Amino acid sequence: MAMLNTVLGDIDALDRLSSRGGIANRIDPRAMLIATALFVLAVVSYPKYEIENLLPFFVYPIIMISLGAVPFGVVARYLLIASPFAVMVGIFNPLLDTREMIVVGSISISSGWISFISILLRFSLSVSGALVLLACTGYVRTCAGLAGLGAPRLLVTQFLLLYRFVFILADEAYRMARAHSLRSRGARNPGVSVFASLAGHLLIRAYDRGLRLHQAMLARGFDGTLRTNRELRWKPVDTLFVVVCASFFAALRFGNVSRTLGELVMETQR
Amino acid sequence: MSHHIVEVKDLIYRYPDGTPALAGVTFRIEHGESVGIVGANGAGKSTLLSHLSGCIIAQSGLVAIGEIPVTKKTLPDIRRAVGTIFQDPNDQLFMPTVEEDVAFGPLNMNLPAEEVERRVAMALSKVNALHIRKRPPYRLSGGEKRAAAIATALSMSPDILVLDEPTAALDPRTRGLLIDLLHGFTHTKIIASHDLDMILDVCKRTIVMYKGAVMADGATEQILADIELLHRSGLELPMRMQSCPKCAGKDKES
Repeated sequence: MAMLNTVLGDIDALDRLSSRGGIANRIDPRAMLIATALFVLAVVSYPKYEIENLLPFFVYPIIMISLGAVPFGVVARYLLIASPFAVMVGIFNPLLDTREMIVVGSISISSGWISFISILLRFSLSVSGALVLLACTGYVRTCAGLAGLGAPRLLVTQFLLLYRFVFILADEAYRMARAHSLRSRGARNPGVSVFASLAGHLLIRAYDRGLRLHQAMLARGFDGTLRTNRELRWKPVDTLFVVVCASFFAALRFGNVSRTLGELVMETQR
Repeated sequence: MSHHIVEVKDLIYRYPDGTPALAGVTFRIEHGESVGIVGANGAGKSTLLSHLSGCIIAQSGLVAIGEIPVTKKTLPDIRRAVGTIFQDPNDQLFMPTVEEDVAFGPLNMNLPAEEVERRVAMALSKVNALHIRKRPPYRLSGGEKRAAAIATALSMSPDILVLDEPTAALDPRTRGLLIDLLHGFTHTKIIASHDLDMILDVCKRTIVMYKGAVMADGATEQILADIELLHRSGLELPMRMQSCPKCAGKDKES
C-alpha cells in the first residue's frame, strides 16, 4: 500500500514538473500530443526484428528531458517500474523463436532474442515518450490539448476525473490497509473473506467520496464540461516544433540513419 | 426581494430507504443574518444544508432563496447565490492546483478570463491563501485546505454562505483564524456545527434541530444557555458557559 502511495506521489511529482516554465513546458499541449503520437507511431511501425534503427529514436526523449529539466533518474525509475509488463510480453520469444539470426564471434543469437530486445526498446521509447509528455505538459494541459484536437468532451472530462479518482481510491485504500494492519497482529495476508470485505468497502467508500466530490462540483455550477483557465494558444514556435519533430521521425523511419552514420564514420577513418 | 433571504417551509425529506431525515422544517433567514444550525448527529443538519445549496431537491415543502424556489430548473441561479462549503475540504478540492480549484466556479459561470483571474486573486487574498495558489490541494495542511475550500465558494461572489462543520478537525489556532475570517464576511451565513463555542462567537441566531425538526429557534445566547433544551436535543453547554476558568477569562476580556 505504501508503495502504491509512493508511485502515485511520484506521478504527481512528475505532473508538477510541467509547471516549471522551461522551454519544453511552454510548447502547446496539442503540439506535444501530435509529436508524441508521431513518435510512438514511428517506433511501433518497425518490423518485429528491428533493433539498430530504433536506437536513434532515443534522441527525442533525451532532448525533451533536457529541455524540460526532467530528472533522468525519475524517467529511468518509471521505465523500471513498468518494465515487467514488457518483459512478460516478450519473455517467451527466445524460447519459442529459436531460429539463428545473428552470429557475433562464436555466439549465435536467435531471432527470439532479437525480437525480445526489440520489444524492450519499443517499450522504453514509447513509455519515455509518454513520460516526457506528462512531465513537460502536465496531465490537465494534456487533456486540454486532447480537447483542442477534437477529442470528445465527455472522454476528456472522464480522463480528468479519472486522474483525481485514482488518488481518492489510493487514499481510501491506504486508510483501510492501515486500519487492517493495526488490528491484524502483523499478519500480512488478510485471508480471502477479509480481503473480499476490504475490497467491497473500498469500492463503496470510493464511490461515496466520488459522489460527495460530484456534489461539490455541482454546487459550483459544473454542467458536464470541465473548464480550465489554461487557455491554449498555438504559436509559430509550436508549428516549428511539430514540423521539426515530424521531419526528424520521418528521416529516422524512412532512412537508415544508423547505417549512414556508421558508413560516414568508417569513411572518415579511411 | 433580496437574494439573501432564505425561506424554508414545511420541508420534508426521506432517504431512499424510507428513513425520515427532515420532518416539516420551517424557518426564514433575513438579509445579512448569521445563523447557527445545531443538533446531535443525525438531527438533519447536513441534509438541510444540502437542500439550501440544491444538492437535494425538496420532496415536499418549499425551499426558496430570495424569490427563487430551489428546483432543478433554477439550480444555476441558486448555485450563483449560495456558496457551499462542505464538511470535509477534501471533498471540495479536486483540481490539480488551488488556483484552478478556485477558478472552477467562475469558469462555469462563463466569465471572461480576466474576471476569473480577478476573482481568484480576490477570494484567495480574503482567506490569506494567495501564497498557496500554485500548490496541489492534497498537499496542504488542514487549515490551508479549509481556507482554499472557502475561497472556492467566495470566488463565485455568493449572496449566502452555507458552511457545514467549518471548524471540524482544525487546531485551536486555525479555528481562531477561521472564526475571525467568518466575522469579516458580510454575507448571510448559515453554519451547521457541533462547535457551540464557535456558533456563540459567530452567530446571533441559532436553530436547534432534533430528529429532523426544528426544536428551537432564537437568539444564540439564550438558546445555548438553556441547559434543559440542549440536553433534550443531545447537546451540552458551550465550554465558555461551563464555568471553565480559562474560557470565562476569555469571555471577560472580550
